[in-house]
Amino acid sequence: MTELSSQKDAALAAIAGADTLDALEEQRLAALGKKGWVSLALKTLGQMSPEERQEAAPAIQQVRGAIADAIETRKGELEAAELEAQLARETLDLTLPAPAIPKGSVHPVSQVMDELAEIFADLGFTVATGPEIEDDWHNFTALNMDESHPARAMHDTFYFPDTAADGGEMLLRTHTSPVQIRSMQATAKQHPGGAPMRLIAPGRVYRSDSDATHTPMFHQVEGLVIDRDIHLGHLKWTLETFLKAFFERDDIVLRLRPSYFPFTEPSVEVDVGYSNDQGRRVVGGSGDDAGHDWMELLGSGMVNRRVLEMGGFDPDQWQGFAWGLGVDRLAMLKYGMNDLRAFFDGDPRWLSHYGFGAVDQPTLSAGVGVAP
Amino acid sequence: MKFSLTWLKDHLETDASLKEIVDTLNAIGLEVEGVEDPAERLAGFTVAKVLTAAKHPDADKLQVLSVDTGQGDPLQVVCGAPNARAGMKGVLGLPGAVVPSNGMELRKSAIRGVESNGMMCSVRELELGEEHDGIIELPDDAPVGHSFADYHGASPVIDVAITPNRPDCMGVHGIARDLAAAGLGTLKPIAIPQFGQQGPCPVEIRTDDPEGCLAFYGRVIRDVKNGASPDWLQQRLKSAGQRPISLLVDLTNYLMLAYGRPAHAYDLARLNGAVVARRARPGEQVLALNEKTYTLDESMVVIADDTEVHDIAGIMGGEHSGVSDETTDVLLEIAYFDPARIGVTGRKLGLASDARTRFERGVDPAFLQDGLDLLTGLIIELAGGTASEAVQAGSPPSDPKVLCFDPQRTVRLGGVEVPENEQRRILNDLGFEVGEDWQVTCPLRRHDIEGEADLVEEVVRIHGLDKVASVALPRDEGVARPTATFEQALERKLRRAAAAIGLDEAITWSFLPEAEAAQFGTVADFWTLANPISEDMKVMRPSLIPGLLTAAKRAAKRGADASRLFEIGRRYFKGAAGFSDERATLGVLLAGEKFGRSWDPRVNGGRAQMFDAYDAKAIALHLLEAAGAPADRLMVMDPVVDGEGTQFHPGQSATLRLGPKKVLARFGMLHPATLKAFDANGPVAALEIYLDSLPGRKAAKGPVNFARTPYAPPALQSVTRDFAFLVPHDLAAADLVRAVKGADKANIADVRVFDVFQGQGVPEGRKSFAVEITLQPQDKSYKDADLKAISEAIVAAAAKQGAELRG
Repeated sequence: MTELSSQKDAALAAIAGADTLDALEEQRLAALGKKGWVSLALKTLGQMSPEERQEAAPAIQQVRGAIADAIETRKGELEAAELEAQLARETLDLTLPAPAIPKGSVHPVSQVMDELAEIFADLGFTVATGPEIEDDWHNFTALNMDESHPARAMHDTFYFPDTAADGGEMLLRTHTSPVQIRSMQATAKQHPGGAPMRLIAPGRVYRSDSDATHTPMFHQVEGLVIDRDIHLGHLKWTLETFLKAFFERDDIVLRLRPSYFPFTEPSVEVDVGYSNDQGRRVVGGSGDDAGHDWMELLGSGMVNRRVLEMGGFDPDQWQGFAWGLGVDRLAMLKYGMNDLRAFFDGDPRWLSHYGFGAVDQPTLSAGVGVAP
Repeated sequence: MKFSLTWLKDHLETDASLKEIVDTLNAIGLEVEGVEDPAERLAGFTVAKVLTAAKHPDADKLQVLSVDTGQGDPLQVVCGAPNARAGMKGVLGLPGAVVPSNGMELRKSAIRGVESNGMMCSVRELELGEEHDGIIELPDDAPVGHSFADYHGASPVIDVAITPNRPDCMGVHGIARDLAAAGLGTLKPIAIPQFGQQGPCPVEIRTDDPEGCLAFYGRVIRDVKNGASPDWLQQRLKSAGQRPISLLVDLTNYLMLAYGRPAHAYDLARLNGAVVARRARPGEQVLALNEKTYTLDESMVVIADDTEVHDIAGIMGGEHSGVSDETTDVLLEIAYFDPARIGVTGRKLGLASDARTRFERGVDPAFLQDGLDLLTGLIIELAGGTASEAVQAGSPPSDPKVLCFDPQRTVRLGGVEVPENEQRRILNDLGFEVGEDWQVTCPLRRHDIEGEADLVEEVVRIHGLDKVASVALPRDEGVARPTATFEQALERKLRRAAAAIGLDEAITWSFLPEAEAAQFGTVADFWTLANPISEDMKVMRPSLIPGLLTAAKRAAKRGADASRLFEIGRRYFKGAAGFSDERATLGVLLAGEKFGRSWDPRVNGGRAQMFDAYDAKAIALHLLEAAGAPADRLMVMDPVVDGEGTQFHPGQSATLRLGPKKVLARFGMLHPATLKAFDANGPVAALEIYLDSLPGRKAAKGPVNFARTPYAPPALQSVTRDFAFLVPHDLAAADLVRAVKGADKANIADVRVFDVFQGQGVPEGRKSFAVEITLQPQDKSYKDADLKAISEAIVAAAAKQGAELRG
């Protein structure tokens, strides 16, 4: 059987030398095809005597097996090489820019308003709104500033030439405080004489004032708490608690100073301690500590009896506190912007830098603040 | 209000330091806005003696002085003052000192070749007066080497912001009273001077408008000599920021600044007949002391004689009868005017003055006669003259407010326990009379005290607001409940949905220039400010597009390739009963390149692509869906409704409506005319979603039902079939789609146009729509016959729209 053996060696060499799948197929057909020499050799078995066959068959089968194995192996090698070549051909320069997915952003004022709503929701404050184009009754008179009140002059008010049907002078609200009145009235309608209330009222307000630190339009958040035994101590706690949650630090120190607002009595100005870090104000610590100072944060006080009355509440039964806080400034303090005017410029670069991602929805469980 | 520490000490016996005084003022509600310490300004200026004076070798007008500074060797100083001479004492500014008048830092230098080690100073250079004829000459006993600030006795000046409720603190004495109550010393009583009074007042004084001028007290002083005020008076006025004018004027100002009591002095020689407080006659005019003429009306109180108006009562005197250096006889006026009337007059005339500030807030009704006598005494003391008896016309309010005060209110409202005797002490020190039964009689000057809360404030502010401790608000049990209204939750959701698809949220002004508003309707229909801060901020916006377009325009100018902006805010319209109708709106503006040039030819052939109307449509639908609107039921209809929407390209914009009338959104390209009006480059795509038109959540009674309608994905595979139709060229795709969908609602799950073609092979007046129709078998798979029946129904339905199957 040396012939078979040499044929096998030649075939195996040819298979190993086949460098394409087609060439390999040729070799397969030459050996294992219907007319291939192995097939022909197998056919000779039929003409052999059982003894001869018993001797020849295993040898031929062994050759057939060896060649089939060699073809499979070679086929695998060739396929792998071809895949490799194909992948090499398909290789991309992935350093080229991919189509951009625009990021999108939420304005810092909106973000901070969402943060406020979240924190105050935990304290049981609902969110209230009211018209920005107000009448002078809601903006002034009901807040204990009648027509001749000098404090009216402290508000640089934008007026409209229009009057309401009831004769009220129309104006742009100078603060969010008229929402107090509207909310109290709505409550008193359901609960004559009054009922406990906790609300915040964020929104746009307007003053005829424009310089580096003032814009004619800005944002405030009003707070109002009414109950039977609410006092200045509760006001202090509420603001402290809110600021601790907002700035996510426990070392918030407030200083109350007597002040005057027609709609509150007693009235207090609230200062918060801060220090400077490379020109940026960082809230925290007592303003009396070394390297610290106080900054005015907001005006507040116990709701004036007259205001309670105007809101339809019985001032002998109910008392409470209110505050008005600048949202834009709060955003600046927390997130480090230094130019208020840029808030309303709509510059996509600024919005993209200082804005927040859509997924940065403030939640209590994940934290209401977004660190860079 | 500004005053010097020296002046304060005229009224307050105290050893307190400047810092203690400042801290206390802040703590009791008299906010210190600034402290100016002249000792700081005069640092480096010292009392010095000129030892020798010699001519400068190279300058005629200069001298070279040798000056003794009390330390070390005498210094050589070059000086140009004609009065510099050996033996005199003056003020030397040493190198490093900063000259107050010009902020210049002094240095050692050479003046015309001669070394100079400082500067001998004039009065004006040190801002001590106007005089500049020569250097300051100090008396012989001035201590050489002593700090000039100390020697001069310069007093720190405190600037306090007085809130409008405290006119009683618009004089130094009132501030001293508050400080004394706060434990910083003792209030010095006001000493009313005694002087001779000769005969009745020769001028008749009346108030013919007793509502406007409740009281008018006056007296004449004859034979006064007007002139410059003495130093102490000038210094006090200057510390208050007032320029000394003349003795008589300065003394009325002094009374106002020291006691919060405005007064007026008339030159008697300029008056004719009775001097009367009365209502102004309509159109009556007066030339005021500020040299402006004011036209008055009947609501205003004036002081007039038989011939003319001499004073806009409580606000400003008249030029004609003002005192001058020639004045010898004066009529003094101290009056009490209705604060409200003064305020209205001041606002109408746009005229502010120190007197108005005090009168409109309320002066002390109990300080008319004393004020008059104080002023008279000062005039007689400093300007000489003889006083007449005083005249009193009318009478100021004299019934004090009496309040029943429960000292427990202090802890209930103020949140701080203050012992009753301390409360009583505080109120007494502030001038309240507290009865054994806690009946509190308020001083007349405290117009701000209305009720118990005001007394609580007095007690707490003097006791110390820092003693108020935090007390937690009671918390509801359980987890915090949702607090946002449906509208608020909707806005929050939309804001994040818009940001998530790559839009940047802007906040733009609520007001627009008139010309921009005019693009969106008739300006007369919009809210237009009477007193805008500028013409660019005049009309309340009827649309969010102008603000966003302006921002995008600015961004483009700064080189931005694209602006993808959105804003959620209100549009302002006139509503019922003269009130506003403010409509929550979401605006989106897409300007510039949707994507820029690309290396990848598969992306628009590698060219940049601008935003188009379909981008706006996609965003509108996406956001409407996020807002919960039924996106599949929306109809794409004409852009213009009731004349609104003309800012958009008529052929490339549309409204999205829920039913034929209910417009939820408008989207598309802006009209070239709009872009032109805004001077903006196009194309610009935009959209507005009218949040107030969106279907609201029905207020459900009882618990919210969170369960969805039941659904399970169909078990059987869906089948798609493509159809090409030839349709009339003006058939809207939506009409064909709607017709096809209607052919077999049970089986047709979706119809999508995937090709639109006009040109070769399509007859004139027709176009080809290719649609992919998805069929969803329900309980059994389709057989050929089923598919054939559905196809025939589709073709038949399409035919009703003029469509025929393309061969």
